[in-house]
Parts: sequence; C-alpha cells; structure tokens
Amino acid sequence: MNRFDYVRPHTVAEAIAAAAMPGSAYLAAGTNLLDLMKIGAARPARLVDLNYLSGLDAIEQLPDGGVRIGARVRNADLAHDAAFRRQFPAVCEALLSGASAQLRNVATVGGNLLQRTRCAYFQDTASACNRRAPGSGCDARGGENRLHAVLGWSEGCIATHPSDFCVPLVALGAVVEIEGPAGARAIPLQDFHLLPGETPERESVLTPGELVVAVRLPPEAAGFAAQSRYVKLRERTSYAFAVVSAAAGLRIENGRITEARLALGGVAAKPWRAEAAEAALAGAAPGAAAFRHAAELALAGARPSGDNAFKIELAQRIAIRALTLAAAGTPDRLPALPASPFAPIPGGLHG
Amino acid sequence: MSLSVTLTINRVPRTVELDDPRVTLLDLLRERLDLTGTKKGCDRGQCGACTVLLNGRRVNACLALAISHDGAEILTIEGLAESGVLHPVQAAFIAHDALQCGFCTPGQIMSAIGLIGEGQAGDDPERVREGMSGNLCRCGAYRGITEAVIEATHDMTVTTTREEAA
Repeated sequence: MNRFDYVRPHTVAEAIAAAAMPGSAYLAAGTNLLDLMKIGAARPARLVDLNYLSGLDAIEQLPDGGVRIGARVRNADLAHDAAFRRQFPAVCEALLSGASAQLRNVATVGGNLLQRTRCAYFQDTASACNRRAPGSGCDARGGENRLHAVLGWSEGCIATHPSDFCVPLVALGAVVEIEGPAGARAIPLQDFHLLPGETPERESVLTPGELVVAVRLPPEAAGFAAQSRYVKLRERTSYAFAVVSAAAGLRIENGRITEARLALGGVAAKPWRAEAAEAALAGAAPGAAAFRHAAELALAGARPSGDNAFKIELAQRIAIRALTLAAAGTPDRLPALPASPFAPIPGGLHG
Repeated sequence: MSLSVTLTINRVPRTVELDDPRVTLLDLLRERLDLTGTKKGCDRGQCGACTVLLNGRRVNACLALAISHDGAEILTIEGLAESGVLHPVQAAFIAHDALQCGFCTPGQIMSAIGLIGEGQAGDDPERVREGMSGNLCRCGAYRGITEAVIEATHDMTVTTTREEAA
C-alpha cells in the first residue's frame, strides 16, 4: 500500500475542502478502496476519512412518500430496516445477495455506488488497463473475458460495474444527491455512471472533491413493492459477484401491466435500465410471451466483447425469471438465498 | 494530527500510538497487541479468517484501518471464554467437530456469534449456511460448522429466555 496523507474531517464542508486536492480519495468503510490500495490498483495521495463525520447516516421517510438514504448508511442496516423493506423489497434482496455479512455490516450506500470494477486486468497492475492507466491498452480484450460486458462497452474497456444494489435502484428511478466545491446537485442514478467510450478512466459524473451525500427514492418507486424481485446468477451459490442479474418491478391491474421496471446487472459498466422493455410491458398481459419479448428488447443492442456471447441469452433468461417472480408477487419473507435463481418458482416453472 | 487510537479490546481499554496510518485493525491486533488468535488468511476480505466483532457487529479486520475506529469496542476470539468457561459457540464447535486444521475457526466462531446476534437465520440450515458464507473453510468442515451454529443458537436462545424469566 502506498503512503498517503490522512485527513479526518468532522463536517461535510471540511471533507469537501480536504478532498478538492488532486489525488484525494474519500474513505468510508474501505472494503473496496483498501483492497485496491493493497494490490496497488489504487494509489491515492490523500485519504479523507468519512468515519468521523456527523450525519449522512439516516434513512429518512420524506413527506412526499419518498425515502432519502444517507450515503454512510451501512448496507446491512438498510437491508434490515423494516419500513424500507416493506417499500423496496427488491432493493433489500439485492443488498442481501451481495458480498458477505461481514462486508455488508460496514459497506456504505455511497461506497456501493462508487465501487470499482472487478475486472482482473484492472486489478492486476502488470496488465494493460485503460481504466486504471489511461492509454495503456486493454488486456481484457483477447484475455479471460467471459464475464465482461455485452452492452455499452468500447474498444478501450469492456469492464462491468459490479453492484447489485444499484440494479433495483436504477430500475426504481433513484436520484443521487451530491455536494461539492461548487455546491449541491442531484443526478438520476441512471446518469451517474459513465460508459467507457474513449475515457474509461472517467467512471462517474463526480468531479474532484464532490461527495455523494444521499440516494433518494421517489414516492412512485414504492408503488412496485407488492411485485418486485431481484435475481442474480453467480458462479457459486453465495458470496460472489453477478454473472448477470436483473431487477424487475410490476404494477398489475385487471390482468394488465400498467407499469413495469426492468434493469440488468453484470452486463455493462453501469447498472443497465431497459426502458424499451419497460415500455413494451406497459399494457401487456403478464406472462411468458410478454416477458420473453421484453427480455429480447432489453438485450437488443448486446454484442459479445469476447468469450461471453452466452451472457446475452443468459441475461434474457434472468430478466424473464425476474419478471416472472415479480408477477408472482413479493414474498412475505425473503428466501433463504436472496436473489438465487435456484429458489423454486410458484407453479413449477423452470428456466 | 496524532495517530493514536484508543480501542476497548476484549473489555480492556488500549491506547496505541500508530507510526503509520496504513495499519489495519487486523495488523494492530496481531502485530502490535500480540492478539494472534485473529487470523490473517487472504488479507483481502475474501476468506473471513480475520472476523472480529466491531461495536458488536462482525467485520473483516483486514479491510478496516485502525485509525478509522478510534473509540470502538472490539471483541476477538481471546475475549470469549470467561473464567475458563468456553463461550457456547466455542463449546458447540468442539461438540460437532466443526474444524480440522483450525485456521479459519476463530473467524468462523466470531462470525457465528455475529450471525446469532443478528437474529435473521434462526435454526434454518439454509439461512445459516448463507449467513456464514463469508467464512471459508479449506478443510471443508461446513457440515459440522452449520450444526454447531444451530446448536449454539438454540443454547444461547434458551439461556437468554431463562435469564429473562429469572
């Protein structure tokens, strides 16, 4: 781990001032940043420690029916908040399908949004990586890339964003609240992460010194509570990142879908909202035909970036499963294996 | 800024002067305080061997900077047995042969105590396995670990109920 200056602010204003210096990084739980520092993939000159801040740690029910989640709220505390779980069960299912209990006990909301890709070439400092070292190339292209992106990738970078939490959040229209040297702003989560294009090193819209202070869910997002699920396919049963995942939310009245939400994880450098699929589902009768059509639309622009053509069909199947499970209704209690595709579906449907 | 931290470790306040902010909580315990019961396996948050309770919650000590946790309460494997009496989770691990080489065991036990305290798994083996998935056991003692956690959950619940009744 490189040497760094250690700064301990007590207010958001102090933190922003301290982090405006180039080369600074905010430290929350550190579950991702410290790991990357140990292997040399991240080398901040200054750590601005957020662990002594007051505030940013509340789950607030807003007067308009929305919810504001402080950026320092721990994943486990959010997942186990009874009121939040009634409103946003798919968000909790996604949180509980991610990482391990130890990591969820400390990892924060803001840190989850800002976690870095798990691309092995990004992590390995001996490999070329345009995201870590701009202009150095991309060893993932032509390398071990069966888990890499199938949507939104560029010749310069084929990495995926690893978050589970962000997938239902983007489906539900979450908004990121940011404070920085130039003041406060709010950005839809859908626009927060950047696709790689020619500048894969730019991963989000944040500018130097800007701090995520909260994530807000709008009031209409709770309208999907009765029928929303997250499904995540992993290479082992638990404690693994998604190969592909999907969050689905439905509102069904008189046998017709009145509104649908669908987003995919593990397929791109950002949580991928499938708006064309959502539009096609509106007005349709819930069922296999509508869900298959929606899944095809969701992956319409997909193309393999390496040995990962299988992920396109797999993502379609996981999207169909998430929609099918959502149509069946949110369970009263989350399954023992949250988000697992191996949990039985009512009615005996497979695959 | 002073780089000293005061931690209450196994109910004893300890103040440590840090010469470097890079010291993890795990290295502080092992290298500065000679509390080597907490193991360093992967040092990357992947194996769970370094699990301790931080303010009552199970965490990976390898992914926490000590300097970030001034004032915290830490419980390690060394702080479990009191007056020579094993903690119910320790006793259950022995009763169920929940280990072979033993390297992951302190982390498994601390994680199990955290899991039981969280109260989400109960005696459902599937939920216990899922709740313990952050602790790897290379010897493959998972069956005994699951049985031990369920038995300890039962023992600790019965004990709590008796204490409440008394």
